[in-house]
Amino acid sequence: MVFKKAHSVKLIKELEQIARQLRIDALGMIHCREQGHPGGALSCADIISALYFHHLRIDPDRPEWEARDRFILSKGHACAILYPALARRGYFPIEELKTWGHIGSRLQGHPDRLKTPGVEMTTGCLGHGISIGAGLCLAGRVKGLDYHTYVLVGDGECQAGILWEGVMLAGKYRLSKLITIMDYNKIQLDGRVEDIMPLEPVKKKWESFNWATLEINGHNMEEILDSLDMACRIRDRPTIIVAHTIKGKGVSFMEGKAEWHAKAPNDDEFKQAIEELRKNG
Amino acid sequence: MIEALAEYGATNSRIVVLTADVSSSILTTYFAQKFPDRFFNVGIAEAGMVDTAVGLALGGMIPFVNTFAGLFLRATEQIRTCVAYARTNVKLIGGYGGLSDFKDGPTHHSIMDIAVMRAMPNIAVLVPADSIEAKKLVPLMAQYQGPLYMRISRSEMPIVFDDNHKVEIGKGVVVRNGRDITVIANGYMVSRSLEAASLLSSRGIDVRVLNIHTVKPLDISLIRKCAKETGAIVTVEEHSTIGGLGSAVAEALVRGYPVPVEMVGIADTFAETALDYDSLLDRYGMSVEDIVRAVQRALDRKKT
Repeated sequence: MVFKKAHSVKLIKELEQIARQLRIDALGMIHCREQGHPGGALSCADIISALYFHHLRIDPDRPEWEARDRFILSKGHACAILYPALARRGYFPIEELKTWGHIGSRLQGHPDRLKTPGVEMTTGCLGHGISIGAGLCLAGRVKGLDYHTYVLVGDGECQAGILWEGVMLAGKYRLSKLITIMDYNKIQLDGRVEDIMPLEPVKKKWESFNWATLEINGHNMEEILDSLDMACRIRDRPTIIVAHTIKGKGVSFMEGKAEWHAKAPNDDEFKQAIEELRKNG
Repeated sequence: MIEALAEYGATNSRIVVLTADVSSSILTTYFAQKFPDRFFNVGIAEAGMVDTAVGLALGGMIPFVNTFAGLFLRATEQIRTCVAYARTNVKLIGGYGGLSDFKDGPTHHSIMDIAVMRAMPNIAVLVPADSIEAKKLVPLMAQYQGPLYMRISRSEMPIVFDDNHKVEIGKGVVVRNGRDITVIANGYMVSRSLEAASLLSSRGIDVRVLNIHTVKPLDISLIRKCAKETGAIVTVEEHSTIGGLGSAVAEALVRGYPVPVEMVGIADTFAETALDYDSLLDRYGMSVEDIVRAVQRALDRKKT
């Protein structure tokens, strides 16, 4: 889609650089733990960078600030990208990332709102984020607060009926402060979304539930920023930003491969992945 | 109960009510009329309703979520992950508890809700004995920090308590004193247990009746005290004998003070449709006579 150029080249470069760093952090965590979900973490790195390092109205020094924007990682398995974003944004020390998954760590295998500073909601079982985000918007409406709630959903979880219950509800109540981004990387655990349970026509589905729809390249920082701004200007309905992405984006041998949904790279693979990410920066 | 929610809603603006197209059945319309901005009818979408309530709780509201007790099972994963594990301040109100929707059959009965909810860490489980106890629990539920499940009945239940009744979440209530045996009950079965106790009294058996409206956290010390003082226990519940009040009491006693325990409830089976509530309870093992027989069995075991 065509957007007006509202963001400086400098900002875009900065956010791209942060996304690259988050990808490196995520792979480091996954490699270190020998566990995790690299494919779906790398596909949403640019979106997470745009949200946490520019768009979200948040203050790590005031995590309970009532009027803060809320972000829910509905696809909780991508937490390898969320944790470094929270750490680098100042919610907890960066050194803590290496404790991920260890007994006693504040960083669980999937996000836990009670343990990890900055995590708004516990996720990991798919399909919940939109209904929860809708509830947050209703609370904001009752209280007269103007915060937005952002929900990042995977494509696979759009196969879950529970997700559409939330979509229907948000349409009914015209929750314009609910902005959903779909990380449409087209691969799920068992293979291609198109083969397992196709979602197309995706935009029409959301439109028919009375949502505004935007469609972007989820790796183009300018499009991400512009679409978020545009979604905030829509006042009569919730917005879905369908972000076309590449599973495993940034690492050649992971891109588009279902096998990298939930597999840690070995030492050689890790080394190559980091070299590629550094070189392409 | 529902009037109490509407009354309390006037004093606490954080109360919101969600329903899944059962507001006219469960009478939340009363709240809806008074506070339309704090009432959300989500349609037939129980799982989504629970998640929406979770979001409202994250936003600082105190959601009371209503549907039929049996239908909360549809939202079991939502309750486990987003309510129990995430410890969100959601109050689940299951109407049509037990066999109280006698006319609609086993699809609408709820005989395993207590077992399911009780197995969830962090969730308190309440089964009030009458409408007075239910009403008194409303403000306590709102003040209670954390998730909670309350089961209520579809039918008018006999009134057990008067307005002086003192209720505290987690504290059992001795409703009749006695020395020979303790009958531990909740919900509608409290009044049936009192009937059984009167019958037994005429036969010279002195029955204590304990109302355990909070199945979790269980008032273990009071239950063990009753076991020590009376030496035998009968549990009575409108629920499967697997996993409910009887199981909770037995778990507490085998670990602390084992005495003979007999359980009254529905056996491991589904019930059926009936023309009236009381006949169905009688048919499925929860008659006053069933309680009397269980008391006699427990007393026989106590003697040997």
